[in-house]
Amino acid sequence: MNLTLKVWRQKNADANGSIETYPISGVSTDMSFLEMLDVLNEQLINTGKEPVAFDHDCREGICGSCSLYINGQAHGPSREITTCQLHMRSFNDGDTITIEPWRAAGFPVVKDLVTDRGSFDRIMNAGGFVSVNTSGNTIDANAVPVPKADADEAFDAATCIGCGACVATCKNASAMLFVSAKVSQLALLPQGKVEAADRVMNMVHQMDEEGFGNCTNTGACEVECPKGISLDNIARMNREYLSASFTNK
Amino acid sequence: MSKLDAKIPEGPIDKKWTNHKNNIKLVAPANKRLIDVIVVGTGLAGGSAAASLAEMGYNVKAFCFQDSPRRAHSIAAQGGINAAKNYQNDGDSTYRLFYDTVKGGDYRSREANVYRLAEVSANIIDQCVAQGVPFAREYGGLLDNRSFGGVQVSRTFYAKGQTGQQLLLGAYSAMSRQIGKGKIKMYNRHEMMDVVLVDGKARGIIARNLISGEIERHSAHAVVIASGGYGNVFFLSTNAMGSNTSAAWKIHKKGAYFANPCFTQIHPTCIPVSGEHQSKLTLMSESLRNDGRIWVPKDLEAAKAIREGKLKPTELKEEERDYYLERRYPAFGNLVPRDVASRAAKERCDEGYGVNATGEAVYLDFAAAIERYGKEEALVHGHDANNHQIVVKLGTAVIKAKYGNLFQMYEKIVDQDPYTTPMMIYPAVHYTMGGVWVDYNLMTTIPGCYAAGEANFSDHGANRLGASALMQGLGDGYFVLPYTIGDYLADDIRTGPISTDSPEFEEAENDVKKQLEFFVNNNGTKSVDYFHKRLGKVMWNNVGMSRNEKGLKEAVSEIRAIRDAFWKEVRVPGEVNELNQELEKASRVADFLELGELFAMDALNRNESCGGHFREESVEVGGEQDGEALRDDKNFAFVSAWEYTGNIAESKLHKEELKYENIELKQRSYK
Repeated sequence: MNLTLKVWRQKNADANGSIETYPISGVSTDMSFLEMLDVLNEQLINTGKEPVAFDHDCREGICGSCSLYINGQAHGPSREITTCQLHMRSFNDGDTITIEPWRAAGFPVVKDLVTDRGSFDRIMNAGGFVSVNTSGNTIDANAVPVPKADADEAFDAATCIGCGACVATCKNASAMLFVSAKVSQLALLPQGKVEAADRVMNMVHQMDEEGFGNCTNTGACEVECPKGISLDNIARMNREYLSASFTNK
Repeated sequence: MSKLDAKIPEGPIDKKWTNHKNNIKLVAPANKRLIDVIVVGTGLAGGSAAASLAEMGYNVKAFCFQDSPRRAHSIAAQGGINAAKNYQNDGDSTYRLFYDTVKGGDYRSREANVYRLAEVSANIIDQCVAQGVPFAREYGGLLDNRSFGGVQVSRTFYAKGQTGQQLLLGAYSAMSRQIGKGKIKMYNRHEMMDVVLVDGKARGIIARNLISGEIERHSAHAVVIASGGYGNVFFLSTNAMGSNTSAAWKIHKKGAYFANPCFTQIHPTCIPVSGEHQSKLTLMSESLRNDGRIWVPKDLEAAKAIREGKLKPTELKEEERDYYLERRYPAFGNLVPRDVASRAAKERCDEGYGVNATGEAVYLDFAAAIERYGKEEALVHGHDANNHQIVVKLGTAVIKAKYGNLFQMYEKIVDQDPYTTPMMIYPAVHYTMGGVWVDYNLMTTIPGCYAAGEANFSDHGANRLGASALMQGLGDGYFVLPYTIGDYLADDIRTGPISTDSPEFEEAENDVKKQLEFFVNNNGTKSVDYFHKRLGKVMWNNVGMSRNEKGLKEAVSEIRAIRDAFWKEVRVPGEVNELNQELEKASRVADFLELGELFAMDALNRNESCGGHFREESVEVGGEQDGEALRDDKNFAFVSAWEYTGNIAESKLHKEELKYENIELKQRSYK
């Protein structure tokens, strides 16, 4: 396949960026999208140009590093996959593909297609945990039975990979799907319930501090989420938040 | 020899750890606040160690090259984590887990360490549940288990096919709590470039801020390396693209012995290579071998026709297929350990029976399982069990419920439907059992420098069992290191903060800067990947699943040649003082090019077949075991610990004799 790539290039956080156009040939349909970018970078290096910087690591859809906005869609055209799981057979010979970084106030661009998602870490630091020490002197794992349905629902929420596609997709750049997934996971389990009220207050507070927008129930985040995290989590977080704001001192 | 003191505590094996904990030195809570610890890597071992050390009161500085600690490659582990809980009441015990691990490792691991691992395993599960890790549960609300890797009990805890993710996020949340409290200072997008020794002790590191390119000095009273394995020396592996050996290799070059580098696990069920552009390989969980049958055509012509696309696998009749694992290993069949399954696949493909265009693939077929489950379902639900269509439909649903996410992953990559045509699989590099040599306290041969998780060598011998990597990472980080490090740090309570203004820091920093400047000014003509791929090819062809003297000698000289060419011809665009991903790769590949040589030397030196290390010169001849791996306990029951002397070729071999006092050495038979 021969393709035309339009790629966002930006030297660093302070520089102005722009779209550069690169023709690329000899792309095979078996390639993953990131392998296609590897080929582009090899071409750029061999012609004395600077390769395109992009985040990637596991290349099997679980680490959450890769984060490309492809033809106006987070992680490209297919559903429930990350960029690294997208393959070139999803495109046609002669296509023009536009590749941009996540765009959100909470995710400033660092270079080219790389953004700073440290805001997600800071939200986690504010309350995304159970306050239990790792001493090993806890009760036996089977001492507290957990209904299977709750455990499964908690698991589904916990599969979030923290990639930020929800934020990048949302017209308000809201991080509600990400935050609510962690709030839900821990609120659904007896181990996390103890401090559920403090957790939701602290995490939402930090989310607001980081400059993420509010949820207006568009549902785009759920559609673009590579792990299919459900919008129900946002509803649960709102309930948790409301009840916490009545009861918290 | 004195340096290789494993410091194994006295006493019977089941009392060693308790006695040791009772006797080692402690650091009082008020004094812990005066002590700094650096942790490099935030996977299961590093993340859990950082969190635990911070909870205990130490000041922790944690480093990861990713943009968040949550992205460490432990996240990609699929299958599960072993623990001797015996919840299933199937006769499991600490001893049995210990025994299985030593046997699975083909008797090349240290008994005392493995026993301790089995001992702390149950606690890991308690801890993770308390943290909110959503393990799979049964309808009664208790934890579910599954069986793994051919052992005879169900001791594997899991969270669908994403156990590593859930455990890592547990460790990450424990870290987050400490970061929020200021007890861990987290350095994301920072790469350790070297370790700094002051008076022979590890006292800090030189790190590069990957965003600004700035070189930073960080001091501490102890340094923990938890940077994972070195599988990417093969270029293609199931490791993440960024996984590297640099932290482990840097400490090796400063005095830490490197143990058993040739012990590598080649996992039998991965998606085969499709072309030259391939950047990494994807694992298909071992759990698939519970229901999939592995085969190749019996007839060479049929294999050729399949490779050329003239014949479909589904067109071959049952009697035209060679279920070679079931044929060769009737007792374990498709569930033989990983090393055995991998070699058997290679053997068939080398003989010309491989099935995809490259000739390097075998089938993993679920048709029989679909049929079996389908019949069962049809009977249970009152359908006609002789109606093929209904049976297939019902059976497919069962397989989907069990392995749906894996099948979807396969379909995305290969573009074939594994429900209707058999999967194609081939072995791929997955895990490295070798690593930095450590004593019972997890300390390397550099005082104050520790290694944990996959980065060390201690627990898996020559072959790791499924679901044991997660156990070891968390065992080291949550329950071993936090205790043993105190024994060393107790002598440091009066040391005070370590200055970074010493000549040692200056020298290390200058060396790092010099190398980085060299790369960007080299004006070569070839990319870093070009050399990495060449190295990978030599490693795979000569130091892969099957090794011999001639090939290994060739590998040593070829790797040297590639390394020389790399330093002359590599081109690294961009500057030092910016985000420069090519520069990051160049530093890592420079270290792989050195490690690769030691790896081949170690394989050459170990003229026996054990676990994942198969030497063609050392095979059983005649009898029932004809052609199987032949271990040589008389000459090779030791750990190879290599000392760096300034030149890889002159690395000095030290041997730690392995004593088996609790387990009898036997041939591993799966016939």
